[in-house]
Amino acid sequence: MVAFTEEHQAFRKSVREFVEREIDPYVDAWERDGAMPTHELFAKMGALGYLGLEYDPAYDGGGADHLFSVVLAEEIGRCDAAGVGMAIAVQTDMATPSLARFGSRELKERYLAPAVRGEMVAAIAVTEPDAGSDVAGLRTRARRDGDDWVIDGAKLYITNGVQADWLCLLARTSDEGGARGMSQIVVPTSTPGVSVSRKLDKLGNRCSDTAELAFDGARVPVANTIGTHGRGFQQQMAQFQNERMVACYGRVGACERALDRTRDYLTQRTAFGGPLIANQYLTYQLAELYARVDMCRHYNYACAEAYERGEDTSRFATIAKLAIGRLCEDVARTCLQYHGGIGYMEETWTARFLRDMRITSIGGGADEVMLQVVAKMHGM
Amino acid sequence: MTAVDAAAPVSAHDAWSTPERRELRALVRRFTVREVVPQLEEWEDAGQLPRALHRRAGELGLLALGFPAAAGGDGEHLDTALVAEELILAGGSSGVCAGLFTHGIAAPHIALHGSAELVDRFVRPTLRGELIGSLGITEPGTGSDVAAVTTRAVRDGDDYVVTGAKTFITSGIRADYVTTAVRTGGPGHRGISLLVVETDRPGVARTRLRKMGWHCSDTATISYDEVRVPATQLVGEEGSGFRQIMERFATERLSLAVQAYATAQRCVDLTIDWARQRETFGAPLASRQVVRHRIAQMARRATVARTYVRDVLARYEAGSREGDLVTELAMAKNTAVEACDWVVDQAVQLHGGAGYLHGVEVERHYRDARILGIGGGTNEIMDEVVAGRLGLDPT
Repeated sequence: MVAFTEEHQAFRKSVREFVEREIDPYVDAWERDGAMPTHELFAKMGALGYLGLEYDPAYDGGGADHLFSVVLAEEIGRCDAAGVGMAIAVQTDMATPSLARFGSRELKERYLAPAVRGEMVAAIAVTEPDAGSDVAGLRTRARRDGDDWVIDGAKLYITNGVQADWLCLLARTSDEGGARGMSQIVVPTSTPGVSVSRKLDKLGNRCSDTAELAFDGARVPVANTIGTHGRGFQQQMAQFQNERMVACYGRVGACERALDRTRDYLTQRTAFGGPLIANQYLTYQLAELYARVDMCRHYNYACAEAYERGEDTSRFATIAKLAIGRLCEDVARTCLQYHGGIGYMEETWTARFLRDMRITSIGGGADEVMLQVVAKMHGM
Repeated sequence: MTAVDAAAPVSAHDAWSTPERRELRALVRRFTVREVVPQLEEWEDAGQLPRALHRRAGELGLLALGFPAAAGGDGEHLDTALVAEELILAGGSSGVCAGLFTHGIAAPHIALHGSAELVDRFVRPTLRGELIGSLGITEPGTGSDVAAVTTRAVRDGDDYVVTGAKTFITSGIRADYVTTAVRTGGPGHRGISLLVVETDRPGVARTRLRKMGWHCSDTATISYDEVRVPATQLVGEEGSGFRQIMERFATERLSLAVQAYATAQRCVDLTIDWARQRETFGAPLASRQVVRHRIAQMARRATVARTYVRDVLARYEAGSREGDLVTELAMAKNTAVEACDWVVDQAVQLHGGAGYLHGVEVERHYRDARILGIGGGTNEIMDEVVAGRLGLDPT
């Protein structure tokens, strides 16, 4: 059993209260507007230390253990719109881990510390119109010109992309093909030549802005390179593990709350002369989903502990995301279905929940890519 | 472009492929491609279909199908199924079917059991696309439990005075009249009647509901506050409402089943095109064995659903006594909905990030399809129906 201390439990309570006070009352408006006040929210979270729990105190991080990140993600996952959790996860676990691990002192002072304090919004720019889960196929090119990189290309499906202050960009920095010759570069969005070409309208996660970005001769210092020149692909693959892990932690919180709310609805709703919960079929279906959530939660905890011990968690993260993506879909469909007609209405949480959960099996590497990875791990 | 040509004859005697029906299918395809697809996204954003579309469909004779000739109708129920099928296969959607063909659930009771005056005032103009009707059964408290209707119609002289509320009413925002299930008698199913209530009568108020999908089909909550309606607007006998509603469930379920298998087939077609054209890891998606097999399974499920639903529909149409059609209608609906749910989900998955984008067709089908297993009786209600008919009593 994972070792949550009283401190972790107190932290859980604080985050839950924060979500109920600072997020849930506002998300309907954010969803309607297709945007959330990310800077405002991050400033509040930064002040509480939520945005850099594990990072080095020298960069305003909390120096906490990984279990605090698990607690944060599970609790944020319970919020009324998964788009909020996605925006936060991009900041804490998708756009910043490489910088924290491999970035120079100066780069961390200029970009990591303000992100941790919630003064800057970060985004991760990897996916391209013609390179989705196939990261090695990306084409955005950074050419060296003196002490600068000159960047040309396009990035697609960039969460926080409209509001971001800086990007953790993955680009080709040499002519070697495939996974070779890429680097991670911090690109401030105020750089001339960086622009939002399109704000994307999505099935779900609507309060979280998603952008297509264009790079047209954008010039940034070579000193903005994160870690080792030419190791960008490998560094990004490691950063993807954090992305998958935090997504999985969050979804367990989301699924558990959804099942609880559906159980409560079935208890209170009567049809054909009795409460719906009196239907054995419905209770068994929910019981099965509760059981699967529990399996995933403890699989996540095993992953978190391995991470805390400094082990490679790619197998954990891959399998967890595959299993949880499918679980999310089943939980969301069941919750909507058991609410009947009202469940299909946007005024009921179930409609948004299903729309939001659908991305789990696509984002951060589609299920098919997770299976490809597992197949490789087994020598296939 | 389709892997399975739904229009191809199965046999020389196939009722779906008579010369007249091939012509009808071609007409629907032209209508859909020219007059529906180019404006569909606009209607989705507007939250409703324009009245002009109803008039156009009326002119083309599409709205009269399935109604008795005596009420201005033409053709058989199979024709309505064929129209819905082709409208979806040609790039329309189940949402368009819901909004444009609402009369298929709103007007048949009047056509079959209403007075000649009601037929002239409501059915004929509806079939010409000049009036829009809705069916008002579901209430905030009842859902699939029709016998529990609480909206009251109290007789006062030559009128009924109606008080209550209806919800999830398809086309309810635009409707000129609502064929409304009201309680004219005591509790239980014998106390229910059908009454035609015009929406411009004092005391009728409507609010729009926002849904996960079917955005081009408007949905309303309608409240009735002491609405006076002439007693002559009763459809059939007082107390016959429940029976009339149950009679029509068969066609409503069949039409949802048709929408489900057609949506599935459309998503198979779209996914095949996508998989051929999209390259990942240096080769088209369609060259990956997993993708090829997945699409093969999608096509299989869509085909099985179509074949079974069409078979049940043919037997229903022929008035066949073979087997228990109530059971098989429920089975057919669940078969088609299950196929559709899975196929649509896989279509989004194989489209990857693009499948999650608003404006990409499979994304719309994903949102639209989700209602098919809820409307017209949920999947769980269908299973209850089947279990009951199999002699499995809950008590």
